[in-house]
Amino acid sequence: MDMPGTISFLQPLWLTLKVAGTATFFAFLAGIALSFLLAKGRFRGKEWLDAFLTLPLVLPPTVLGYYLIVLVGRNGWIGRWLHDVLGITLMFTWQGAALAAAVVSLPLILKSARAAFECVDENLEQAARTLGLSETAVFLRVSFPLAWRGILAGTMLAFARAMGEFGATLMIAGNLPGKTQTLSLAVYAAVQAGNDSLAAVLVIITSLVCMIVLVSSGRILKTSYLKEINR
Amino acid sequence: MKRAIPCLIPLLFILHFPCSFAGVACAEQELIVSAAASLTNAFTEVAQKFEAVNSKMKITLNFAASGALLQQIDKGAPVDVFASADQKTMDQAGEKNLILPETRRDFVKNELVCIVPAGSKLRIEDIKDLTAADVGKIALGNPETVPGGRYAREVLTNEGLWEQLQPKYIMGESVRQALDYVVRGEVDAGFVFATDATVAKDRVKVVLEARKHKPITYPIAVVRSTKNRDLGQRFIDFVMSAEGQKILSGFGFKTP
Repeated sequence: MDMPGTISFLQPLWLTLKVAGTATFFAFLAGIALSFLLAKGRFRGKEWLDAFLTLPLVLPPTVLGYYLIVLVGRNGWIGRWLHDVLGITLMFTWQGAALAAAVVSLPLILKSARAAFECVDENLEQAARTLGLSETAVFLRVSFPLAWRGILAGTMLAFARAMGEFGATLMIAGNLPGKTQTLSLAVYAAVQAGNDSLAAVLVIITSLVCMIVLVSSGRILKTSYLKEINR
Repeated sequence: MKRAIPCLIPLLFILHFPCSFAGVACAEQELIVSAAASLTNAFTEVAQKFEAVNSKMKITLNFAASGALLQQIDKGAPVDVFASADQKTMDQAGEKNLILPETRRDFVKNELVCIVPAGSKLRIEDIKDLTAADVGKIALGNPETVPGGRYAREVLTNEGLWEQLQPKYIMGESVRQALDYVVRGEVDAGFVFATDATVAKDRVKVVLEARKHKPITYPIAVVRSTKNRDLGQRFIDFVMSAEGQKILSGFGFKTP
């Protein structure tokens, strides 16, 4: 029996923050690049690419879990290469859990960042170009700062979603206490084992952390909005 | 930009769309049987045969780790018959007054085996070989809820290896998940029931019979809260009958 002491919830909490943080970081980088491409780029199959990248939002987590196992499992297409060439296996590791969480939360950043980039007034970007700024500088000094609020909103939602990821994580990273057992998995394990007191502690902590994320995201949005008007 | 945020809210609801239950209104009688994951294939056939003999009855099967099934029943799941893969889980059900003790029967026996993926080049001739460095990961059911995992823990504890092998364990949610990890080659070895290894005999190889455990017998009983006590009893009688036992032995289960 797990001891319902401090250890048994601090470990999954820390792991959840680590997994969700890593996942959000990579989803953020990929999301910015892809959403900028989708918002400003002109190429064939753009909407198909958008739909493909949004799929994780609507697909059942088990379907994603299956795709990930087939891709990055020890005998998977990418997994075999990772294992043979680099000696890494993502299965049953927290990095695997972070991969699952990143894939699931990417669409949340992508959608809001694309909308945000599309809302940026093109005249401002053109004006910057006429003043001699390079494309990179236009992005860094005009497009990105103007789209920042939408991107941040998406990122916060992505972090919250990554924290709650369950299905795909269970399939690719397993439910290993201390290694891949995040809060959502720990709740599941505690309920399955009939350890209701531990489950109660875990759900309260999860709810609290999510509340903090939501409230602070609201705060950040409000202050950055005020800054924008006062500018 | 502001429009983007309200747009995201309905999307969030789509993330976890609740599955609707197939609410088929039926005149026939329904019996819900919760059975240990290791019974998946065998009980599916048993239920088909039972339905063939009793045409007005519909058996709904619910497979998971025995410990998880016990928790469902404890929380009020409308289950009529419970079949677990070990005595301990059924004893717990008895202590919580969840089953009708007079209906309890042992209906099959099983063995615990150590398996490796079919293509594995590992040489495991003795259980102590699991400590070798090239055996990286060992799958077993989570002993908290999975009887197969509990037997594996018992064997490894009796062999004095449980603590030493601790870093290698990959705990599955059921014995079938442990089996799946071996089948896919995600782990190097695993502990499952002999009958599970038979189900996947083309893709896994039995290397050892793990013997140092209490005899593995599967009990079955009618759940106390059932509204179909007679029907539940008829299902148990069918499982115990020569016909039922023949189906079970076809899947490698032994008579108790």
